[in-house]
Amino acid sequence: MNVLAAIAEPSYFHASWHGNMLAIAKPKAPPGSSLTNDQLCRLVEAIAVDGDREAFASLFRHFAPRLKGFGLRRGVDATTAEELVQETMLTVWRKAATFDRSRATVSTWIFTIVRNKRIDMFRREGHPEADLDEATEVAADQPAADETLVAVEAGTALGIALKTLPKEQLEILQKAYFEDKSHRAIADELRLPLGTVKSRIRLALARLRVALPEGHA
Amino acid sequence: MIRHHPPFEMIVDYATGVSGEGVALAVATHAALCPMCRAQIADVEAVGGALLEEIEPAPISDGLLASIMDRLDDELPADARKPRPDRETARLIPSPLLRYVESSLADQPWRSVGRMFHEVRLPLSGKNVKASLMKLRPGSLMPRHTHRGHEVTVVLAGGYRDGDQQYARGDFSAKDSADMHQPIVDDDGECLCLVILDAPLRLTGAVGRLVNPFLRI
Ligand SMILES: [Zn+2]
Repeated sequence: MNVLAAIAEPSYFHASWHGNMLAIAKPKAPPGSSLTNDQLCRLVEAIAVDGDREAFASLFRHFAPRLKGFGLRRGVDATTAEELVQETMLTVWRKAATFDRSRATVSTWIFTIVRNKRIDMFRREGHPEADLDEATEVAADQPAADETLVAVEAGTALGIALKTLPKEQLEILQKAYFEDKSHRAIADELRLPLGTVKSRIRLALARLRVALPEGHA
Repeated sequence: MIRHHPPFEMIVDYATGVSGEGVALAVATHAALCPMCRAQIADVEAVGGALLEEIEPAPISDGLLASIMDRLDDELPADARKPRPDRETARLIPSPLLRYVESSLADQPWRSVGRMFHEVRLPLSGKNVKASLMKLRPGSLMPRHTHRGHEVTVVLAGGYRDGDQQYARGDFSAKDSADMHQPIVDDDGECLCLVILDAPLRLTGAVGRLVNPFLRI
């Protein structure tokens, strides 16, 4: 595998840059790289199994602009946002073997990584995890192989369900997930009673969880 | 059988990365023992994945991929905090908490507080929160107290009764400034708990003031 070829591959600069230029000109335009979860899973698995650098570059093209967007939503400058991208993508490379497609979509897995990096970088704290592969009393809870399809379908359905959320619910969710804001901080900013914020978040999540498989209530 | 779970907002704050390290530690410790809450956390994280997929992307600097590629083969610093617990400790302490306990329970610097309990403080990054393991004597009556902030408890062994509620291994309790309570430890054995306090307790009885271990926060 040729690293330089992977980096200099014309489609990288074209797909990514061109796509992003469009995104700037028309904020509503879809991001440059749109891969399915199955394609993303194969990229992560190629990193885990073969240390595949081209797969990593493809994953970078898909996620780096999104991760930078995530950092910018947190309110940091572009340089810091790219540090967050860098730390997150390095962890993706190192922890690829812990990814399990029967448990989560690649986007969800990467969300948890960038969430923890954000806590680490901006609050200098840890985020204790109930790691499924390490926990002592979860052996009986391993999903069966046929749950794979369920996780993938749930991920897709969730993306669709997200588009049907009322605007004020989506706005509040984005603040909670991207801006590191407590319910109280969101209430203050939007000048809403705390109870309204709580119930909107609860309603939005209840609505989205309809898209998730049975037994995940 | 776990009866008491974190309130839904705490699950949301944990999964979105808003909670502080202390509360996150309590939620992760409970979740390691509670498949239902693990599933709920996974659901809330899945929404984060879907939101990340739809986030407005930001253009990435030219050299970022190349500079990350250069770092892929960096040696990782060895994990100095790899705990080596004895069997009893491994049986009682779920993995998220084990990283903070670090060594065996028997080797902890237990500090005796009055005649009622032993306490050992766990290292957290944040200054305004305190995490401790507490060993409560069988049959002991805890001093009556209220809180200025939050008191979060996860039972690891044994049990106690608080009002008309019974708490046992895995059970989670969150009290705030509105709650005054006086737990009574079961008399059939010692009770081991993880306790998180984000502000000093306000003890209400005369005995309380004598044994108050929380004023040093
Ligand atoms: Zn639970």
